[in-house]
Amino acid sequence: MIEYQNIFTQVQAEAPDYPGVPIGKDEEHRMGGPIHSWLAGKLGDAQIGPIYLGPSGFLAFICGFIAFEIIGLNMMASVNWDPIEFMRQLPWLALEPPPPEYGLSIPPLHDGGWWLMAGFFLTAAILLWWWRTFTISRNLGMSNYLAWAFAAAIWLYLVLGFIRPILMGSWSEAVPFGIFPHLDWTAAFSMRYGNLFYNPFHMLSIVFLYGSAILFAMHGATILAVSRYGGDREIDQVTDIGTAGERSMLYWRWCMGFNASMESIHRWAWWFAVLTVITGGIGILLTGTVVENWYLWGVKHGIAPAYPAIDAVPVVDPMMEANP
Amino acid sequence: MKTHQYLRAAAALALSTLLLAGCEAPPPESVQLGYRGVGQEQVANPKTLAATVAANQVPAAQPAVPAGGPKAADVYENVQVLGDLSVGEFTRLMVAMTEWVSPEEGCNYCHVDEGFQYDTKYTKRVARVMTVMTQNANVAWGDHVGGAGVTCYTCHRGKNIPANVWATDPGQPHAPGVMTAGQNIASVTAAYSSLPNDPLTPYFDGDEEEARNLPWRVAGDTALPTGNRSSVKQTEWIYSLMMHMSDSLGVNCTYCHNTRAFYDWEQSSPARVKAWHGIRMVRDMNNNYVNETADWLPEHRKGPMGDPLKVNCATCHQGAYKPLLGANMVQDYPNLARYTLASKSEPVETEAEADSDEAVDEASDLQDTVEEIIEEEMTTGE
Repeated sequence: MIEYQNIFTQVQAEAPDYPGVPIGKDEEHRMGGPIHSWLAGKLGDAQIGPIYLGPSGFLAFICGFIAFEIIGLNMMASVNWDPIEFMRQLPWLALEPPPPEYGLSIPPLHDGGWWLMAGFFLTAAILLWWWRTFTISRNLGMSNYLAWAFAAAIWLYLVLGFIRPILMGSWSEAVPFGIFPHLDWTAAFSMRYGNLFYNPFHMLSIVFLYGSAILFAMHGATILAVSRYGGDREIDQVTDIGTAGERSMLYWRWCMGFNASMESIHRWAWWFAVLTVITGGIGILLTGTVVENWYLWGVKHGIAPAYPAIDAVPVVDPMMEANP
Repeated sequence: MKTHQYLRAAAALALSTLLLAGCEAPPPESVQLGYRGVGQEQVANPKTLAATVAANQVPAAQPAVPAGGPKAADVYENVQVLGDLSVGEFTRLMVAMTEWVSPEEGCNYCHVDEGFQYDTKYTKRVARVMTVMTQNANVAWGDHVGGAGVTCYTCHRGKNIPANVWATDPGQPHAPGVMTAGQNIASVTAAYSSLPNDPLTPYFDGDEEEARNLPWRVAGDTALPTGNRSSVKQTEWIYSLMMHMSDSLGVNCTYCHNTRAFYDWEQSSPARVKAWHGIRMVRDMNNNYVNETADWLPEHRKGPMGDPLKVNCATCHQGAYKPLLGANMVQDYPNLARYTLASKSEPVETEAEADSDEAVDEASDLQDTVEEIIEEEMTTGE
């Protein structure tokens, strides 16, 4: 028997073109499509488009494209414009921030200037896109949970590439644009500042990150499990709880004693996601500016034990040995 | 289930198996090296360990010769380094060296038919420098080579040129208008990371004074800032060198370090002190021995920048935590563990040395560029 399930849809929900609700004079910014895709219908709604672009969306796209081109062409230049090397080494290539000697001044283009420019355009694109998330929800008469959640992610991005470098007095403190290079930067950053795992805000960020993943899985699984009782009509269940809501809440109460409500589970998820990047941003901001070595900071404040020296063979710094 | 569902399941299974193809088959074994709970351990897999053991077998020692007899210098002409040995010991060592370095070419890899005394071949002059370098490693660098010491075989393993040598890396060719910061290409030296691709030139080739000014101890050693201005970029340079060391020895960071406290020697394993001396030993070998050959070494024994092929951690270690897994070969060749150099006289010249000055100039220009990159990226900005 064919049954309707609401995430991995096995049934194509066929519907005629739907342009969306009228939004007055901004309507001209809604463009493209709609087309209907069978593949898209396997995963979600079969209708693709129209998209609301608007001035902010258009400018965001242009700025994002400029940043993408600056980064890509610099990577291409770093392999002497060789397309084969570019493809082969793409994960290793990067646009590196200026060397430390430039501090916060504007470096020549070839020596970090392109990095600064790419950062400017990428930031402009992100902020314009943020404005777009804000205006679209306003046009639809929604409140701004999405825009504020995105703003939280932008906070972490700005701390890494803008706020912390300014506080440290050098653009060189920022992250390179590149796939492996930004990961190497992260590892080197942790080593330089005495192991980021002892940074309590890093701890919180990890809790919320992994917590977000498990909350998402728990919530998705619970709703799918009661969709045969109409549990996928979550908003109905919030205001007028039925057997689907009762069963899903009883499930978690019996499992672990506590259960979220049909409404609060969405607040749980939103706050977990948002706090991941807010706490992460605070953790990065404090590193190097007010804390030098997180492990020693942890020892000082009783978070981490001070491990003893190896008794059997006392290891002495050979430089101390040479000049005591 | 229908047939296509079975097929799909089989395809998914095959694909997920393929994803694991790069992994080592379990079970690995670990040995605790530090305080409990801090993860200071060496991980080894019995399967790969067997291959390592097989690759690190030592050849049998040459049969002993009767003690005494006339000195080599009194019997042979032009014996500059090993003249102090008895003729028997001298010949025995020559036979061993042939087995270690040129088993296929034999004596003629270094010597010419006209007579053993001629320095016609550059290989003979290199052998002389390398012999003193080996003796110096055993005499002066006991803190690193320990009782096991080193012989020619430690690096050469029956090959003319050791399997792992290096020269200054000119890096990926790039457009003139872009700075690469000396990093962000696939670097074999840095264990395929995108860290600075040639950490060996600054750390293993500069003199001691230059070396002191490099970023070494970049990690903070106080809870709160007290003026340590080392940048993340500087950290990446020493990190890259550490990747080379880890890769060369087949060990993790935790072989030497307590990774929660890189700054602290007391929480490190004794191997860290050995490595500290090792870094200095390698620099001594490159600066005071290998680079001495730069003026007369043929081009094909030099790197793309015109510097001689040099020593790094992998040259001796070759993937083992101790070269030859700690086998003591030098006990059979005690003359490699003492200085026997009679005098530092000039080698006998037999052939004119034709050098292309242009090539040298060009190479030194490139060298300057590499040095500029390194210097710029390593500064603190103060």
